[in-house]
Amino acid sequence: MMTPAAGQLAERPVDALLVRGVSHSFGPIRALSDVSLAVPRGTFVVLLGPNGAGKSTLFALVTRLYDNVSGEIRILGHDVRRHPTAALQQLGVVFQSRSLDNDLSVLQNLTYHAALQGIGWREGHRRAIDALAQVGLAERADDKARALSGGQARRVEIARALLHDPACLVLDEATVGLDVASRESVLAIIRALVKERGVGVLWATHLVDEVAGKDHVVLLHKGCIRFSGAVPNLLEAAQANNLRSAFMRVTAEAA
Amino acid sequence: MTAYVAPRRLGASGYFVCFKGIVWREVLRFLHQRERFLAALVRPLVWLFIFAAGFRQVLGVSIIPPYQTYVLYEVFVTPGLVGLILLFNAMLTSLTMVYDRETGAMRTLLVSPFPRSFLLISKLLGGVAVALLQVYAFLLIAYFWEVEPPLIGYFTVLPALVLSGLMLGALALFMSSVIKQLENFAGVMNFVIFPMFFASSALYPLWRIKESSPLLYEICRLNPFTHVVELIRFALYGQIEQASLAIVLGFTAVFLAAAIYAYNPSKGLLGRRGEAGGGR
Repeated sequence: MMTPAAGQLAERPVDALLVRGVSHSFGPIRALSDVSLAVPRGTFVVLLGPNGAGKSTLFALVTRLYDNVSGEIRILGHDVRRHPTAALQQLGVVFQSRSLDNDLSVLQNLTYHAALQGIGWREGHRRAIDALAQVGLAERADDKARALSGGQARRVEIARALLHDPACLVLDEATVGLDVASRESVLAIIRALVKERGVGVLWATHLVDEVAGKDHVVLLHKGCIRFSGAVPNLLEAAQANNLRSAFMRVTAEAA
Repeated sequence: MTAYVAPRRLGASGYFVCFKGIVWREVLRFLHQRERFLAALVRPLVWLFIFAAGFRQVLGVSIIPPYQTYVLYEVFVTPGLVGLILLFNAMLTSLTMVYDRETGAMRTLLVSPFPRSFLLISKLLGGVAVALLQVYAFLLIAYFWEVEPPLIGYFTVLPALVLSGLMLGALALFMSSVIKQLENFAGVMNFVIFPMFFASSALYPLWRIKESSPLLYEICRLNPFTHVVELIRFALYGQIEQASLAIVLGFTAVFLAAAIYAYNPSKGLLGRRGEAGGGR
């Protein structure tokens, strides 16, 4: 299987996200083993892996919920461990579980996030209105977050993640619990962002039907990257005629 | 060599905006939850209106500083009830943080580019701001129940309330990193709130406790909540109880250091357990 060597990633121009040689353990359990991947600006990279593959651990390290003890993680060139302030300024995050404050309005949720980025109320308010319009929810600005459907909440979380104009957007299983229409709507918004704003997106999922034909796929299984490359290359490497078969074959080989 | 894009500067105004945003969010959430405001007031008022009224005839309180004359039991117990408000508010903040960690909402705070210690202290001060609203509402009602400290006391007690709120909040913050699940909060009630409250000078003067049990007296003296209560009691009368002030300051520093350590991404407890709000 094709996996990126750490050396191959070294000479790239500045990437929205660069992960190089990262391993992580929880006590005796090895969650990630020598993981390397890159998300160039203006690209949509799918981090594909079954449940328990290590996707959420990788997200926790990228978002610096805890530090990586080996390897390095860079966001727009800034080392997350050494220069967290500069790195996290360039990062937008949509977490796996719903993280809006249900007691606040949609607008209040967004202006709170703007404040967490050091953006004042007036500017934060302006950006929030713009971001809500971009995800098609401007009319819900004054509604309580608890009144939103799952799909709408996800769109608000995307708007929130974009408020500070990050170069890199990471989404951890962002479509979990959504119906088909909402899933497609969320995916369409993200793909449009990649094109229009040049954001580098890392989209973690376990659903192969969220991968488009031209996407760059990073296949993570049992904490190791089993494949990294374009979808046609994955099909060729796995000798499969569709992505589902390729996914099953690669993960079965690694089992 | 990896290329580099210059970061946006986060100056003093950025820090202020962030601090204001965190405090504002805590206060706004509290004001949106009217039941929480009522519950926070009912708890100490039940103690004041019912428990203190019953004990008024049973428990005599001699003249002890800062009081210059005999005082009603309601007057004596009021600083303890103020401490109770701070204690419950701190523990509820801790509960909220465990809940936020379980749901992932805590992550939105922790991925802010500002230093983790700054974020945590701002969150603590947000909790203190909420507690202050509750305390002053309680003192206003208590005023009509013959609890009438000097007017200046309402101002001089403010720094004592902020410091005490910080100490209890820091303890709760540390506990929120240790508690694995929301269900464990019942244990917090039994093993933290009740022992801290009852083994203190909140309900009875320490000399009374010493008469009945020297061991319990020593336990009460070691209990930081005793010193919170005494700091507030003296501050309500425009005085500083220096030993209590020093002890509360010391415990605040220790609890804050423990909480910041627990949430430190490189050294803390969350990374070792993998429990910062997501799966693997």
